[in-house]
Amino acid sequence: MGKRSVVPFGPQHPVLPEPIHLDLVLEDEKVLAAVPSIGYVHRGLESLVTKKDFQEMAYVAERICGICSFGHGMGYCMTIEDIMNVEVPRRADYLRTIWMEMSRLHSHLLWLGLLADGFGFESLFMQSWRIREGILDMFEESTGGRVIFSVNQIGGVKKDMSKEMLANFQKRFDEMEKEVRKLTRVFLDDYTVKSRLEGIGILTGEDAIRRGAAGPMARAAGIAVDMRKTGYAAYDDIDFEVITSDKYDSYGRCEVRIGEIFQSFDIIRQCIRKIPDTEINVAVKGNPPEGESIVRIEQPRGEAFYMSRTNGTKFLDRMRVRTPTFANLPALTQTLQGCQYADVPLLILTIDPCISCTER
Amino acid sequence: MEKMNDYLFKIEKVELLSVIMEKKNALWRLVQICCAMVNDQYEITYSFANGYEFENFRLIVDKDEEVPSISRVYNAAIFYENEMHELFGLNVSEIKTNLKDRLYRIDAQTPFKKEANE
Repeated sequence: MGKRSVVPFGPQHPVLPEPIHLDLVLEDEKVLAAVPSIGYVHRGLESLVTKKDFQEMAYVAERICGICSFGHGMGYCMTIEDIMNVEVPRRADYLRTIWMEMSRLHSHLLWLGLLADGFGFESLFMQSWRIREGILDMFEESTGGRVIFSVNQIGGVKKDMSKEMLANFQKRFDEMEKEVRKLTRVFLDDYTVKSRLEGIGILTGEDAIRRGAAGPMARAAGIAVDMRKTGYAAYDDIDFEVITSDKYDSYGRCEVRIGEIFQSFDIIRQCIRKIPDTEINVAVKGNPPEGESIVRIEQPRGEAFYMSRTNGTKFLDRMRVRTPTFANLPALTQTLQGCQYADVPLLILTIDPCISCTER
Repeated sequence: MEKMNDYLFKIEKVELLSVIMEKKNALWRLVQICCAMVNDQYEITYSFANGYEFENFRLIVDKDEEVPSISRVYNAAIFYENEMHELFGLNVSEIKTNLKDRLYRIDAQTPFKKEANE
């Protein structure tokens, strides 16, 4: 038997933009177990329901995370719209879908950059983030913000995109897609990159279910579940297939996210072609009646769960958000078991951790 | 078990572990566990999914009542159960990994716990 030791990993580490800590139980260089702990930046945003009214909570929800802020705002608004029986205008559904897919694009490109940085391929990291800047520019042009957009409201969205803007975006997405295709060839075909990803951090389909994994983490384990297929927003009008991988390893997770980048370009293209000319919001009067609603949406990092419970006043009884990273932490501990110590940073990155979401 | 709507069922405490085992054996995934305080009682909602099928089971217990942990059946429950104990003060017995109120490292004790008159 080799020498056993416990090595603390984090909360500050070069691969971690946000704090998370792992106690790694090692036998020589092999990881036997990993015990994660979080809570360094917990904010308790859910408890703000006692201080902010149901309209203001849309802004609070957006601040759960700086990468998937749009989705959090949308998910929360959908719960209240459900309780109040508000039918969102169809154009708002399409605009929400476009912004949601832009969020997925910039999140996955951000992740590709971080992954490249994790295995020391600095130019690949910089190229990924350079392309991502183009998405943030389009967010700024269409919403006014690059991180927090504040375009969701209960009853629809606050800002529209003109025909000219959509046509202009389409051209830029087409150019971007060509650039991403060149870039992703390196991620998928370069032998040095493959040697860092293939066969590392195995998560089987059964393990993914047992550990409650969500999103690309589960899809890379062969689980064909994508909440967009439930048909919220405009996804019921869009043709797309759930992207999965049968490789179960870090390479599979990379492959799924890259597939989803091209899928997002395609979904946006379909939305621009089909977007109807209607209002973008409906007026919502009064407070929500007593009720409860649960909504699940597909955030870039996976399925996010939102529950709102109302009591007839302007304040909610409870708002609950379960973010994808929270769901993927048990799966992370599974992938770390049996890996080499040197692969730990990379494996943490492959769940695309968002501690800001987890510490909502 | 009482059906509240298409995807929500109210269960009694004695039914909890059998429901959980049934879901586990049928390969349902634990989506989340949510705690809320309503009328001085805890309302705990266990959410499961199988593909696109989705079901929630709601358990209502008194403030001082103990709830059995499901973390030995669903490992993923460890974080949710520790969260409910730390934020709401819910008494969950025999959590597989009890983080002893250090999941979120917050100074306030049970900040989400509400008294009846709040």
